[in-house]
Amino acid sequence: MMPKLKIDNLTLIFGREQQEALQMLQQGKSKAEILERTGATVGVKNASFDIEKGEFFVIMGLSGSGKSSLLRCLNRLIEPSAGKVLLNNVDITALPDADLQKVRRKEIAMVFQKFGLLPHRSVLENVAFGLELQGMPATERLEKARNVIELVGLKGYENMLPAELSGGMQQRVGLARALANEPEVLLMDEAFSALDPLIRTQMQDELLDLQEKMHKTIVFITHDLDEAIRLGDRIAIMKDGEVIQIGTPEEILTSPANEYVSSFVEKVDRKAIITASSLMDTKPTMAVFRKDGPEGSLRKMRATGLKILPAVTVDKHFLGFVYLHEVLEVKQRGDKTIEAVIHRDVPVAHPDTTVEQMLPFIAETDKPVAVVNPANNKLLGLISQTSLIIETTGSQATPQA
Amino acid sequence: MIKIGKYIEQFINWLTHNFSPFFKMVKAGVETMVDGVLGLFTFLPFYVVIALLAILAWRRAGWGIGVVTALGLTLIYMMGYWAPTMETLSLILVSAFIALIMGIPLGIWAARNKTAGSIMRPLLDFMQTMPAFVYLIPAVLFFGLGKVPGVFATIIFAMPPAVRLTTLGISQVPEDIVEATRSFGATPRQLLFKVELPLALPTILAGVNQTIMMSLSMVVVSAMIAAGGLGEIVLKGITQLKIGLGFEGGIAVVILAIILDRITQSFGKKKQKKNAK
Repeated sequence: MMPKLKIDNLTLIFGREQQEALQMLQQGKSKAEILERTGATVGVKNASFDIEKGEFFVIMGLSGSGKSSLLRCLNRLIEPSAGKVLLNNVDITALPDADLQKVRRKEIAMVFQKFGLLPHRSVLENVAFGLELQGMPATERLEKARNVIELVGLKGYENMLPAELSGGMQQRVGLARALANEPEVLLMDEAFSALDPLIRTQMQDELLDLQEKMHKTIVFITHDLDEAIRLGDRIAIMKDGEVIQIGTPEEILTSPANEYVSSFVEKVDRKAIITASSLMDTKPTMAVFRKDGPEGSLRKMRATGLKILPAVTVDKHFLGFVYLHEVLEVKQRGDKTIEAVIHRDVPVAHPDTTVEQMLPFIAETDKPVAVVNPANNKLLGLISQTSLIIETTGSQATPQA
Repeated sequence: MIKIGKYIEQFINWLTHNFSPFFKMVKAGVETMVDGVLGLFTFLPFYVVIALLAILAWRRAGWGIGVVTALGLTLIYMMGYWAPTMETLSLILVSAFIALIMGIPLGIWAARNKTAGSIMRPLLDFMQTMPAFVYLIPAVLFFGLGKVPGVFATIIFAMPPAVRLTTLGISQVPEDIVEATRSFGATPRQLLFKVELPLALPTILAGVNQTIMMSLSMVVVSAMIAAGGLGEIVLKGITQLKIGLGFEGGIAVVILAIILDRITQSFGKKKQKKNAK
């Protein structure tokens, strides 16, 4: 499938000696060398990635990492020095002004950190502003604006001026203004960074709710990894103008690409992000009901040194756990099956269950946590008490070699 | 010795020679405007003019200024300076009007275009610092004696604040608002009329006020080339050492200045208040 947005070797250089700087960049010269020779600053260096339709894509980096500049290249508020931006396979960087205006009016809308609202216009007029620029008649655009205002929870504030609203409310106006244009792509530049933490979390939740309904393609910029992880389907991490890692929040947390990324990851509360699927041992030893009798089960326990085994059917449906001492008793009684000693009433986790949600599973015994496919109850893997406990006490991820 | 004066003289002479039809046309146009405005003020009975101005001052700047306007204008009438005051008022209004319709677009241009801005800045400095009397000479050469050269000299002297404050107002529009407007696909024209000018309006109106006040300050100077009005009375006071006459003319100018200043300032203030809300 064609990506919604394709960023292809995008490079942005600030300064006069663009050509020379570009050449030096191609020769693999460092930013510092280029700055010294040409006086030009490399803002974004050879960024390439695809964003799929309906994806919530977060670009995370500290100030000066080039993330905001990169975002502005996507709708050409800043002209990239080299490379392409393809929206629905159309190269935006090559569009003449009139077509670019059309793209900005219909397809890409933007939300700003400082809101960028018109102070002399009411909330309603601000929300309708994009439509006004399109030349939509007043009654129609105000009608549309009212609908969006309701959607973002601003009803009742229509006739107020932006300065009369709190920061969170103002950003709702900014969001409503962007949504009123019914764009396919939403660019959000540190949209919640100016808000205080409580409001920010609330806005994040509301944005996620909205996204569930709207399925826009969102490119969201932030300097806050917690926010990136909360919101993003995928995250791109930028440093010094370069994209250094792209992955799902979990991929970033569990396998940071380098020291830089892992230094961020350390500070994140992993319990809410790490899920069962990344903790589980996917090839656990199992007692297969009807195939393994007490004899077979004990042999497996001896081989692995485990006192507890999961019991599954032949096609891997999870049944419960069997314990060493009970299997021994069954064997002494001379039974041929372990059916009587399977503990069926055990809690199970699903692959997307987070560590936080598994906290109640922590037990003093060595009973592992079974991870099953919620659709068919097949056993996918086991999480040992050891790894669960280590994870909840906030272990730190180590960078991959 | 470098004789800059000689070259300027040659240049002015060349202009006078080659563009005299143009100057005649301008002269006729400006004369019509001044006479038209003056005609309106003199056609209406003095008490109607006083009432209208007092009401305007009251609505815009409060009842205090309304009362001051009524009393001040009545005093002028009682002193017997009604006709020259109306002459001066029409000169100022026409000069300021022309200065504004030229100055505001120039100010917009300077804000938009860095090169234009950096060329304009020293020219504006020149126009403002050159002693205003100097403009009288080419004004007379171009337009002869009378009101039109007075208007010409006044425009040159009074236009710079309109240009400067327009440029200032537009460049003070917050960058994030400009960026947001562009991001929604605004054309440069939409950006100007829907965002930059409305946001710059208080500053531009301050420029309007400045332009009008500077026009007023040219009243006496332009009287030296027979522009008439209150300036002529003050000038007579100076040349004939008639202290009383000089002060009477001066007081009339001050009254006019207070009225014009308070009324034009009120426009800028109202807007600012609304924005600050």
